[in-house]
Amino acid sequence: MPTAIARERSGVPSIGFAVDVATVLAALAEVPDPEIPVVSVVELGMVEEVAVEPDAIRVALLPTFVGCPALEVIRTSVERRLEAFGRPVDVRFEFRVPWTSDRISSDGRAKLLASGFAPPAPVRADEPLLVQLGTPVPCPNCGSRMTALENVFGPTQCRSIHHCTACRQPFESFKSV
Amino acid sequence: MTVATLQTIALGELLRSMADDEFVIGFSDSEWTGIAPILEEDVAMSSLAQDELGHAAALYGLLGDLTGTDPDALAYDREPDAYRHCRLLDHGRGDWAMTIARRFLYDTGDGVRLDALAGGSWAPLADLVGKLIREERYHRMHATVWIDRLARGGDVSRSRLVEALTTLGPDAATVFAPLPDEAALLDAGVLSVPMEDLEQRWRATIAPTLSALDLPMPPPARDPARGRLDHGEAFRWLWSEFNTVRRAEPGVTW
Repeated sequence: MPTAIARERSGVPSIGFAVDVATVLAALAEVPDPEIPVVSVVELGMVEEVAVEPDAIRVALLPTFVGCPALEVIRTSVERRLEAFGRPVDVRFEFRVPWTSDRISSDGRAKLLASGFAPPAPVRADEPLLVQLGTPVPCPNCGSRMTALENVFGPTQCRSIHHCTACRQPFESFKSV
Repeated sequence: MTVATLQTIALGELLRSMADDEFVIGFSDSEWTGIAPILEEDVAMSSLAQDELGHAAALYGLLGDLTGTDPDALAYDREPDAYRHCRLLDHGRGDWAMTIARRFLYDTGDGVRLDALAGGSWAPLADLVGKLIREERYHRMHATVWIDRLARGGDVSRSRLVEALTTLGPDAATVFAPLPDEAALLDAGVLSVPMEDLEQRWRATIAPTLSALDLPMPPPARDPARGRLDHGEAFRWLWSEFNTVRRAEPGVTW
């Protein structure tokens, strides 16, 4: 595969290299979320559209939260990663489709869990939020369901704080939105 | 004036009112950072404030695109009288009961307003609203849980809550103060229901919660036509706080 050859030679694809959507997506899979760096923007489901055009590579991203302070960091990281393809990069944030935690991939969920984060429960928009939040989240450390939600609000907008009564450890979960 | 121009002006007024609401309540809530009654609420209020300021930034962004104005200038560089947040948010931080009462009255009102804007004809706003609705669910849940806790907590918490609701009550419905040229927004399909009708929807939404706890329903707004005008001393103080850095060092960036 030409991408692999180009990477082997220079570390990054060479300028003027024939780039397609799959190549760009593979590159985006290397851009970590700044707040939870174990997962990439692709695994988080933030990438809504990639277009490779003669004059530019265009990427439409969906913010996880409207007020996420990491958005500009993500924009810069994506631009830097894609600049290697030798064309202008146009990154825009859109709300055309609302990002929801259901968009996090199974790989992304597995990585969250492995790093001590409980992945988000499926969004149940028709169910009262209190009922949904009353369902215990399995502990990512020991797997017990004997856990309690300590605070639906956490250190960042997308995280909640829990406590496991079995292993007596605090842990965080990704909010269901 | 053409119909299109009138609709653009009306849309700008709608965006300004919503952005200013979120901006002012966000800054008011951020005053609890470090001093909330318990640690969990310190985190919660800080997170809520961050959400609201983010929502304000997105709405100022839309208004900036519409009018060709820098969103930061919209947020920080106007004189206090040019802000169009509702009078409900003009009471200063107050105690914890005041903060919870304000959040409950505002979040429930904002939720009804957002529902009436979802699926509207101006895509940039309708799209953003679709996302805001998902986040605001958490805010309403937070306020409702706390209203219940304070109402049942004991004599002190209950009497403070009742006092807060009584103080804020006459201004609560100003979330639905009629907008200038609101008819143009309805004609254009940006807004699906007149503000006057939304107020009735909101009353029906909050009545079960308040009556179950034997708490007072807000009376009709005094002088609804001026519901987003005449900001008092509490807002002037907040204004002087939130633009301190901007005034001290114009054009400064982080």
